[in-house]
Amino acid sequence: MADLSNRFAGIKSPNPFWLASAPPTDKAYNVERAFKAGWGGVVWKTLGEEGPPVVNVNGPRYGAIWGADRRLLGLNNIELITDRALQTNLREIKQIKRDWPDRAVVVSIMVPCEEESWKAILPLVEETGADGIELNFGCPHGMSERGMGSAVGQVPEYVEMVARWCKQYSRMPVITKLTPNITDIRKPARAAFAGGSDAVSLINTINSITAVNIDTFSPEPSIDGKGSHGGYCGPAVKPIAMSMVSEIARDAEMRGKPISGIGGVTTWRDAVEFMALGAGNVQVCTAAMTYGFRIVEEMISGLSAYMDEKGFASLDDIIGRAVPNVTDWQYLNLNYVTKARINQDLCISCGRCHIACEDTSHQAITSSVDGKRMFMVKDDECVGCNLCVNVCPVEDCITMEPLAAGALDERTGQRVPDRYANWTTHPNNPMARVNEPAE
Amino acid sequence: MSTGQFAKGLAGGRLSPEQYAENFSDLHQPFTEHEARVEADRCYFCYDAPCMTACPTSIDIPLFIRQISTDNPLGSAKTIFDQNILGGMCARVCPTETLCEEVCVREVAEGKPVQIGRLQRYATDTAMSRGVQFYERAPSTGKRVAVVGGGPAGLACAHRLAMHGHAVTVFEAREKPGGLNEYGIAAYKSTHDFAQGEVDYVTAIGGIAIETGKVLGRDIALSELAADYDAVFLGMGLGGVNALGALGEDGAANAVDFIAELRQSSDLSALEVGRRVVVIGGGMTAVDAAVQAKLLGAEEVTICYRRGQGHMNASRFEQDLAAAKGVTIRHWLAPRAVRVEGGSVTGIELEYTRLEGTTLVGTGETLVLDADQVFKAIGQSFVAAGLNGSGEMIATESGRIRVDERGRTSMRGVWAGGDCVSGGEDLTVEAVAAGRDAAESIHRTLSGGGIDG
Repeated sequence: MADLSNRFAGIKSPNPFWLASAPPTDKAYNVERAFKAGWGGVVWKTLGEEGPPVVNVNGPRYGAIWGADRRLLGLNNIELITDRALQTNLREIKQIKRDWPDRAVVVSIMVPCEEESWKAILPLVEETGADGIELNFGCPHGMSERGMGSAVGQVPEYVEMVARWCKQYSRMPVITKLTPNITDIRKPARAAFAGGSDAVSLINTINSITAVNIDTFSPEPSIDGKGSHGGYCGPAVKPIAMSMVSEIARDAEMRGKPISGIGGVTTWRDAVEFMALGAGNVQVCTAAMTYGFRIVEEMISGLSAYMDEKGFASLDDIIGRAVPNVTDWQYLNLNYVTKARINQDLCISCGRCHIACEDTSHQAITSSVDGKRMFMVKDDECVGCNLCVNVCPVEDCITMEPLAAGALDERTGQRVPDRYANWTTHPNNPMARVNEPAE
Repeated sequence: MSTGQFAKGLAGGRLSPEQYAENFSDLHQPFTEHEARVEADRCYFCYDAPCMTACPTSIDIPLFIRQISTDNPLGSAKTIFDQNILGGMCARVCPTETLCEEVCVREVAEGKPVQIGRLQRYATDTAMSRGVQFYERAPSTGKRVAVVGGGPAGLACAHRLAMHGHAVTVFEAREKPGGLNEYGIAAYKSTHDFAQGEVDYVTAIGGIAIETGKVLGRDIALSELAADYDAVFLGMGLGGVNALGALGEDGAANAVDFIAELRQSSDLSALEVGRRVVVIGGGMTAVDAAVQAKLLGAEEVTICYRRGQGHMNASRFEQDLAAAKGVTIRHWLAPRAVRVEGGSVTGIELEYTRLEGTTLVGTGETLVLDADQVFKAIGQSFVAAGLNGSGEMIATESGRIRVDERGRTSMRGVWAGGDCVSGGEDLTVEAVAAGRDAAESIHRTLSGGGIDG
């Protein structure tokens, strides 16, 4: 059986599945249940500075979007950091770490952007024996209005500054959690590492309004008729998160730095995808909040079976494996020519490929052949866009087949060249780099 | 002597009141809102959808289902009613398994079609239970149209004519309008007096007067109607029942009468049913009669059909329903003699049959089934007698009224549609389409001739 053990920024855990800093990790009771279920680690729900407890709304904290059978696709929340007393949390963290020494216990922290505040809390956390800290620079709601959370994460200089304080006043590994509510994720990530962060984790939640009640015209979740943007997470955000993770993983300055992947991880496959794109481990929240802690059993068994099938001995065989394949558009092979192929034995004749292509794309799929209802690709019109594949309800019924080198592309009337060529050298590109003959 | 369920001969009160209520409740429970949305989500919104082509009334099925999935059941109902004002009943009685659902791509793909009928019921029930009316009468045209027969064809025709501003009088032979919807289908397919509720919903548009107890050829004459009205639509259905051609024929009851009596009954326990019942036939009527006999408490119910399973007009779904309710279906048996002793049926003698080429022949071997009650359900026939005396004969073909593609009979100013017309499969939904289309033809004619004049 494959070895799932994980070492992330110096922190060991028996598997790469951590629970993200969120309601599931707010107290010992939950964390105990999580560890019993098999989770490799937790990031304790964010601690704030000593003082009067944080106050949450007393109405709904969550909004959601669903599929037809109420499958939860996306969740948002307006809950703040822990509203329990700092000392209570610290005591419980200490006890949990003592009782579960093999599991990763990382503590999320968010205090005002002042050196004294960080200097004050870091020793308290360190004293618990926690394995590391995660700097919450990501929460987009509530705390950001008070100059914390994403308000820090959106200013790379602040990110660097706070990370530096943390490294200065603590010996613990520092993970900086990034907000996706920013144009270029590489900027705060570079700042975090510049400040001495051992790792970054991303994404935190995305600014969102999940719904508007069209009777009362209140945004959801509605608090007495009003709503505030909340943090969006769950399966819906996974593609955004994976792109951001890959941007950091393939950045020349940050290549090889530890990244904890977060955002819609629901199954073992999601975890493999994040890790392939450069994540050293993954953090999970919404899936656990939807189905409970037991889902980690599926994650562990699925990941293990996949690794065995592939002959991967350890997670290192997966981590970053897809990163070299993430590139800029300009380097994509323009001589890679595909055509859609419809398997007539699998086709159920719903016609969705036809109407999608006919109405919105390239008029490359028939609706009838010789007067009979039949859907076939017209190679002389097909640009290989893949839309038909995506709208087809039958798996593998439509596939994109590459044309072999030398084959005729009926659309262009050209033979498929036998070599890679991209936009940078394309004759239509005014910026094309022409290879000057040597003098 | 046994009483209750096992009472010999014909007897009522075989079951408890609770059992009657349970047995005659909805065959298919209506969808809840959530169930409807989940089922609607299964629809692929096909291009040029096969289901729509298969529907005799051409309802835009993908659109109405999408409207359900987007929480717009009223819009959905309007999409249905635009094509089929009796969409509520059709949702209940259509043999969807041989129409829209048979060609649903999910039936093709996985043997589980989108439940179009139940979704249609969800949409139409929503609109009808809220009393939402989607159509207004056009300003009065001053034209008057007589509709003979208040069944699906007549009602659909009357509604469409009323929409166009014509004044319609419906002449119905029975006590209540509705035709087969009211008298001809199994009770568990139309519960809570749905048929009359639907008549009220359809006629609420206004401009439709219904005169019941008016039989063509007895109380009204076609020649008079043709003279008194600007147009006439004939939709009187089938008045006759085919004979068994067996000895002791009189001992056999008409399944259609049994079904009608059951539908009109306010106390099912008062209905007498045999302990052992035999139904002769292979269509929907045979199944409806057999299943309901069983549900009334008959101990043994047997359908005897003279050909094989594949020849039965009843759909496979209906056959399975009968089997599930405990009805035995026997094939290759033709009736020879109904046995009657002392005025009571005691059994039926049947002869085994087989096909010689395409000809059905008796094998000479016979079988006697003990029975207290024998029903015949071997088809109904058009009774042309009512048309007599109209001065001008209306042409028929295959024993029913002949019409052209616009529903016009051979008699000028007279249209016809539904079961009384030749062709088709005698489905409610076909009758609705015929009535609707005849109304459009009548309207074009009354609006100034044109192609239909």
